[in-house]
Amino acid sequence: MTKFNAWNVFKNGLNGQTGWSRQWRDPEPKSDYDVIIVGGGLHGLATAYYLAKNHNINNIAVLEKGWIGGGNAGRNTTIVRSNYMMPGNHQFYEHSLKLWENLSHDLNYNVMFSQRAHVSLFHSPGAKDVYARRYNIMRLHGTDGELWNLLKLKKNIPHLNYNDARFPIMGAVVQPRAGNARHDSAVWGYARAADSYGVDIIQNCEVIGVKRKNGNIESLETSRGLIKGKKIGFAVAGNTSRLWQMAELGNLPIESHKLQAFVTEAIKPFLDHVVVYGVGGAHFYISQSDKGSLVFGGDLDWYKSYAQRGNLPIVQDVAEAAMAILPSIGRLRLLRHWAGVMDMSMDGTFFICKTPISNLYLNAGWNYGGFKASPASGWYFADLIANENPHKYIQHHHLERFEQGINLDERGAGPDPKMHG
Amino acid sequence: MNVVLAQTLKCTVNMIKIKCPYCGERDHSEFTYGGDASIKYPELDASKEDWTNAIFFRENIRGFQKETWHHLNGCRMWLEVERSTVTHEIKSVKPCHPEIQKILELNK
Repeated sequence: MTKFNAWNVFKNGLNGQTGWSRQWRDPEPKSDYDVIIVGGGLHGLATAYYLAKNHNINNIAVLEKGWIGGGNAGRNTTIVRSNYMMPGNHQFYEHSLKLWENLSHDLNYNVMFSQRAHVSLFHSPGAKDVYARRYNIMRLHGTDGELWNLLKLKKNIPHLNYNDARFPIMGAVVQPRAGNARHDSAVWGYARAADSYGVDIIQNCEVIGVKRKNGNIESLETSRGLIKGKKIGFAVAGNTSRLWQMAELGNLPIESHKLQAFVTEAIKPFLDHVVVYGVGGAHFYISQSDKGSLVFGGDLDWYKSYAQRGNLPIVQDVAEAAMAILPSIGRLRLLRHWAGVMDMSMDGTFFICKTPISNLYLNAGWNYGGFKASPASGWYFADLIANENPHKYIQHHHLERFEQGINLDERGAGPDPKMHG
Repeated sequence: MNVVLAQTLKCTVNMIKIKCPYCGERDHSEFTYGGDASIKYPELDASKEDWTNAIFFRENIRGFQKETWHHLNGCRMWLEVERSTVTHEIKSVKPCHPEIQKILELNK
């Protein structure tokens, strides 16, 4: 792999760009590995990278049924933030944000991380109090958070609907260090960096069976043959339950729901922040990509589904929410919309944990929030696989928390997966 | 015809239509999704494990599953729908409560 640096850019400028090597290899699967990660999304690739980098394990395969980053890594709205409140969650997401801050240097790949601030609007004194409490808790834990009054909000984002909104905008809570990143760059950056440590990234390799021996998993049956692994990690958001059942482990506290995202035609610089609007049943988040398109999303499609296609009532809901706060985008054309299949967990929080099978490890249940979490997810999942003990930040992110009554329900929505938005 | 194309053509991409036994065929936007209809709640004095499984753990079927829908903006009846979670095709719709049809007919 040729490093990206000023000298190489200069040198290849002189030799007609012929000195670059491919970003990652396309290896044939070997017959056995020390660790197999199932799922070549951001979480799987990050896990492989940190296993190699932090724990010196190099004989690793990442199996991907399609192409890397073709699942939810390529189907999200790329928002990165750490405004969480529950113990464990806020440290975990704060660490993730810190990893994002240095990710481009760490991976030697520009992930285009842009700390443009995450602005959550509020529309009533009650909402202001709730947000103030949440952001104060964050500040006490060392995460940045601000409360903007209407004057400051108007100065920063002058073109929101301050005149005749059904729910008048009263201000916003802001996390200035939050922002967004380029999803493909993060995938490619992790893939390239993991590959440079010798990790085999095997695409078009679907797991179709799990072979067990003496209680452990001996090998995975895949569309590219049988592959043995000493340790196996599942990181396949959306299809976790299916894989879990292939391993004959029964049910999980997860339902698969689909979430849509939308992209408009490109316009000139218009929106400098990530803006979030949620009131009266509406849920809406928007930012502008570096290409100029507005990228936005809303709620789930409200019924369980494995289809990676969205429905029209939600398109209407999201468009209405957009018009409620940004009526100036009403004439923009929508270029694309798509849906990804989420693991919606029973309390809205993820799982990084050991399983009833001693050499199987689970990374699942990311709900809406998988993208921002991926660096820390890889970091702590790798730590769990290498050291066998969960780090204290993720010590309660296991499957037994429901029976123990220690649910990590940020929203307080109860055991209904579709409510954990 | 290839399998993917056949499945795509069968898909309900935009709007699921549910044939309510009381109101006839309506768009799914008139309904709210309840959840898994196969859950059997255990006795009140059942073990903690049984209750945990009933409340928190799901089979999360990829394919046809029984689920509940509430005709919220219609007759307000709860329905049991057999629907594919992959193509959204609906096989059957019936009232959730087995006795309710009888009661409704008695009161006609």
